[in-house]
Amino acid sequence: MKKVAIVGYAQHPILENAGALNEVELIMPVVHQLFDELGISQNNIDFTCSGSCDYLQGAAFAFVEGLSAIQTNPPIKESHVEMDAAWAMYESMLKIQMGDADTALIYGFGKSSPGRLDSIISLQMDPYYISPLWPDRVSLAAIQARVLLEKNIITPEQMITAVIEARTNSKNNKNALVTELVDKESYLASEKISSPLNEFDCPPISDGSSAMIIASEEKAYDFTDQPIFIEGIDHRIESSNIGSRDLSKPTGIMASIEQLKLEKTKFDVAELHTQFSHEVPYLQSVLNLSDVPTNLSGGPLVGNVMMCAGLDAIGKTYESLKSNDLTNGLAHASSGPCLQHNMLVHLEKKS
Amino acid sequence: MSEEEKKDYAESPINLEYHYTAGSATTRFLNQVKEGKIVGQSCPKCSAVYVPPRGSCPRCGVATNIEVPLTDKGCIESFTIVHIPIPGNPIVPPYVCAMIRLDGANISFLHLIQGIDVEEIRIGMRIQAVWKPKDEWTHSLENIKWFTPIDEPDVDVATLRFQES
Amino acid sequence: MSDQKDLLRAPFELAYNYKRSSGPLMSKFFDALADQKILGTKSSTGKVYAPAAEFDPETHESLSDLVEVGPGGVIESFSWIEEPKHHHLIKNPFAFALIKLDGADTSMLHMVTECDEADLKIGSRVTANWSATLENRITDIKFFTLEK
Repeated sequence: MKKVAIVGYAQHPILENAGALNEVELIMPVVHQLFDELGISQNNIDFTCSGSCDYLQGAAFAFVEGLSAIQTNPPIKESHVEMDAAWAMYESMLKIQMGDADTALIYGFGKSSPGRLDSIISLQMDPYYISPLWPDRVSLAAIQARVLLEKNIITPEQMITAVIEARTNSKNNKNALVTELVDKESYLASEKISSPLNEFDCPPISDGSSAMIIASEEKAYDFTDQPIFIEGIDHRIESSNIGSRDLSKPTGIMASIEQLKLEKTKFDVAELHTQFSHEVPYLQSVLNLSDVPTNLSGGPLVGNVMMCAGLDAIGKTYESLKSNDLTNGLAHASSGPCLQHNMLVHLEKKS
Repeated sequence: MSEEEKKDYAESPINLEYHYTAGSATTRFLNQVKEGKIVGQSCPKCSAVYVPPRGSCPRCGVATNIEVPLTDKGCIESFTIVHIPIPGNPIVPPYVCAMIRLDGANISFLHLIQGIDVEEIRIGMRIQAVWKPKDEWTHSLENIKWFTPIDEPDVDVATLRFQES
Repeated sequence: MSDQKDLLRAPFELAYNYKRSSGPLMSKFFDALADQKILGTKSSTGKVYAPAAEFDPETHESLSDLVEVGPGGVIESFSWIEEPKHHHLIKNPFAFALIKLDGADTSMLHMVTECDEADLKIGSRVTANWSATLENRITDIKFFTLEK
């Protein structure tokens, strides 16, 4: 396997409503920021891959329009995933491993404000048995939360802690959307949206974009003195037959842990794509992160750009390793109801 | 279809509501269209002029922040004769959809041609916009009902090929 | 960069009228709903998937052995919605629930209503209520209610 490293990451300020900015105007600043920081242009990029979901803003082929944000003359090698940009990063990894590219530009964007996110996300599931019931993403997450609470895998206090810590950590990310601190009293006074989850347990509706550049080892050092290496990456999806899953046993994540031999690694920092508060203590216990600083950026509870938040978890882990005296970071990206599809990325800073 | 024939499909209607917000480039363009003016945007790097503009130059990947007023005259870059009606539109087939290249623009956009026999339409033909009455103008290119031929010599479309300046 | 007061906004609706073919197995499931029956499929391992699954997600075998399940079952988990949202099918307070129907080994997502939140718990027994109009859709089961 070729060694591949992250050499740059940029995040647009997370907005409640990007209104005046179309997808082109959202993507341009983050791509230009990366190019300016590294002193490069599109001509240094062998492969471009983006992650987005046209249904979020109701514009068919918005992802094609988004390409106007980058230079496409001369013609570029390009691909797209109708998923979180973390999977665009995975596809870029594959391109580099196959020898078709040495450098890749990845970007994601999401404008959830124009539509009703809950309605849209209902449609990503089984169209015969599930989507016709219009189950919203909060209710499905709540169903898993109740299972975890009932089995004492997590406690209500841990959920409150996850919310309080997320708000406290938001000051570490200048791009965070939600920064007001929350105390236990306000949390307990909050109305349930879909029990047992209340508004603080859920992520804010967010608009924004993110970009990242990865490169094979020999190219990486052309861009930076300190590339952060992708030591391991793996993703697994569980059945779309939600009733056949044991929502308290993350079989996909456990398979990734084994594949990446993560039990042997002591992580210094982690960023998890935990859109709901109960997912934080749940994944911390599954991934053995109880004494590892987690979601120091605040995580999705303070800013959750659909189609970017997974890439952001990888990017924030990269930033933590780059600017601190740390070695191993773990990033997690997710898609689908009740943590159906998960990606784990082990990043390492070489000394 | 026999009445006994069982339905082997399920109706699955979906409907989603949105509030579309035009980006700032589109807003600037449509605000001008509301006043009966067509204003393209040009790239500071390669000088290409785009109409309708998206805010960025796809050749260079930079913001097109230079406004360029254009006339409503141009030529036909390509066209097709359509034989099927548009649902909800009173236009009677056969009618012509054409790629309209306005004078000074580097790309063309789709609109209708009226006022000439479909058999006589040619690539390179000079045309001009026919606008709706001013009191009907909104933030839409539909303020232009269609384009119609004008009495000027045809353009050789090979000369329209983009030259980077 | 964004001048909010000059923003142009317009509402629009995306609507599609899909007709989804159910295939040889699921069409039998939807036909049975018209007779107020709920079907599951039995795997070679003996496990019964309900609603009827075309494939066993564990062994990957194709399933065709249909068995009747329900109409009653047990709540495996639920989430209570006191204020239904725009797209929810039920307009008064209700729950989404995973319900393991009698005779099945997996659960089915559906809705439970005509009760209070305090009446529901994991383990509560519920039964299917049928829609007056049958359209070969999962919503032919209108919702579930607590068994008396």
